[in-house]
Amino acid sequence: MTREHLLNTALMAVLLLFPLWAWATDEPFLITLTTRAVILAIAGVGLNIALGFGGLVSFGHALFFGLGGYAMGILAYHAQTYTPVADWPMTIEGTKSMPVIWLVATLVSGLVALGVGALSLRTTGVYFIMITLAFSQMFYYFAISWPAYGGEDGLSIYVRNGFFGLNTMDPIQFFAVCYVLLAGVLFFTARLARSPFGLMLGAARQNETRVEAVGTRPYRLYLIAFTISGAITGLSGALFADLNRFVSPVMFSWQTSGEIMVFVILGGVGRVFGPVAGAALFILLEHVLGGLSEYWHIYLGALLLGTVLFARGGLYGMIAGRAAAHD
Amino acid sequence: MSALLLIEQALNGLQFGVMLFLMAAGLTLIFGVMGLINLAHGSLYMIGAFAAAWVAGMTGSFMLALGASLIAAAVAGVLIELLVIRRLYDRDHLDQVLATFALILILSEGTRWVFGSFPLYLDTPDWLSGTVRLPLGIDYSRYRLAMIGAGLIIAAALFAMISKTRLGIRIRAGENDREMIAALGVNISALYTLVFALGAALAGFAGALIGAVQSVQVGMGEPVLILAFVVIVIGGIGSIKGAFVGALLVGLTDTLGRALLPTAFATFMEPAAASSVGASLASMAIYILMAGVLIFRPRGLFGGAA
Repeated sequence: MTREHLLNTALMAVLLLFPLWAWATDEPFLITLTTRAVILAIAGVGLNIALGFGGLVSFGHALFFGLGGYAMGILAYHAQTYTPVADWPMTIEGTKSMPVIWLVATLVSGLVALGVGALSLRTTGVYFIMITLAFSQMFYYFAISWPAYGGEDGLSIYVRNGFFGLNTMDPIQFFAVCYVLLAGVLFFTARLARSPFGLMLGAARQNETRVEAVGTRPYRLYLIAFTISGAITGLSGALFADLNRFVSPVMFSWQTSGEIMVFVILGGVGRVFGPVAGAALFILLEHVLGGLSEYWHIYLGALLLGTVLFARGGLYGMIAGRAAAHD
Repeated sequence: MSALLLIEQALNGLQFGVMLFLMAAGLTLIFGVMGLINLAHGSLYMIGAFAAAWVAGMTGSFMLALGASLIAAAVAGVLIELLVIRRLYDRDHLDQVLATFALILILSEGTRWVFGSFPLYLDTPDWLSGTVRLPLGIDYSRYRLAMIGAGLIIAAALFAMISKTRLGIRIRAGENDREMIAALGVNISALYTLVFALGAALAGFAGALIGAVQSVQVGMGEPVLILAFVVIVIGGIGSIKGAFVGALLVGLTDTLGRALLPTAFATFMEPAAASSVGASLASMAIYILMAGVLIFRPRGLFGGAA
């Protein structure tokens, strides 16, 4: 077992044992805090597929996070008001069932990622960063000015959605659902990274010309990676909305894109478990520093600046050493 | 909608565009010469506005306030460049985005710490308040007209500087070939600091001018920053001419879109639906414009060949 594997195991163990301890000592707030970290970790793992494996600097992943959130919000809103989502061409009812919501959130985000990616990947470098930002801003302003689902005020859902016989309003049961999903996403991502597709994607990131020379189009690899990445971030958005029982245009905002990026960087770009460490560290800092000072963003900024300038590779880079595959 | 109202909205769009140009000019120069994406440019805009509001509160003089905005933003720019930005020139865009995102967090919260969360107000001076009568009988705000004038004068001065002066030659040479002008004996790091300070001063000045029509508060820089990025991406990153054309396009599209789209939709839809569809589309219009430009010209209107 390498140090990276040890770190992965330790990280997942802490994320599981801490809320169990909080449950035993009756501290529901700490369980919810960990659940938040787990959900945000899923968003980071999603972005990491584009950013870390594909080298695609997307500054617009809030778009998929928000789409997932609104997929949950709209379906649950129609279920709680007993109105259909659409009457034509066929009647679509709202739902309070988590698996259906996850499926819709993942599919919608994935489809939008496919379209946005197909257009954005025509550009490279700064232009790619900016066009992904533009697409997320488009949805942000649309969500603000479209009055049907609350506009700027957002949309509240009274009861958390259901998952077969579990009481999802109980913090520890909802945590368990999110933790299992994170584990599933991590398993999928680890398999993806070692699959022929993942290896080819890494090769395209390092040298596009050589990949073209062996007969593969980098554009297709990037587009598939971007689509999967958007779909996973959408799933996380649906869970995040369910955690808060609230969606608002803030989920689409560019600060959200920045924060998801911060999870990936703090943890370690291109490591499967990196964003999990990053999201956990972010939530820990928010909780500890936020308790110390109202102006905790100053410390967060200083830490991020220090990471970028002096500790490239993030937490994983510092503890587990340089990754073999990442330059 | 009457023709007069349309002209007034077009003037508003022009004013918005000219202010965007002041922001975008600095951003595009910094990218063109140093190859740096500077998200913290909006914070320099905010620093200019706060400096102006503070000095105006102390002295009551609007001209001193404008001077203070230029100096404060330029000094902040020099400090930031020397301490942080300098280390980022050789890094990839991801590191630049993150480090300057971190700077936004630090500068915004730092400003909130010093000035508090409540907005400050900067009053327009007496000699610029009220309206002027333009030809065709249009009454238009004197201050907004002054903003258009000031912006156009600065734009002209900037074009003259880039095309005529020695500094302008060095800036253009720096965009083309950094190693070569360093080899020719130009102090490249001093040039970088100077360009960054110039961009910062322009942003701070724009912040002070806008601060007098809106409130001066933490977070005022980021919406403008994003619009300025839209501008330089539409114009082609690194091109001052592109920034000017892009700024006017964005200013006019946004202002006229908000004024016209709801009315235009009302001609064939119910009024309530028309106003919501129109308002939604209008708020997205500039991003749609940007995506459209990038899809057909992936390097912007005035960008170099791929």
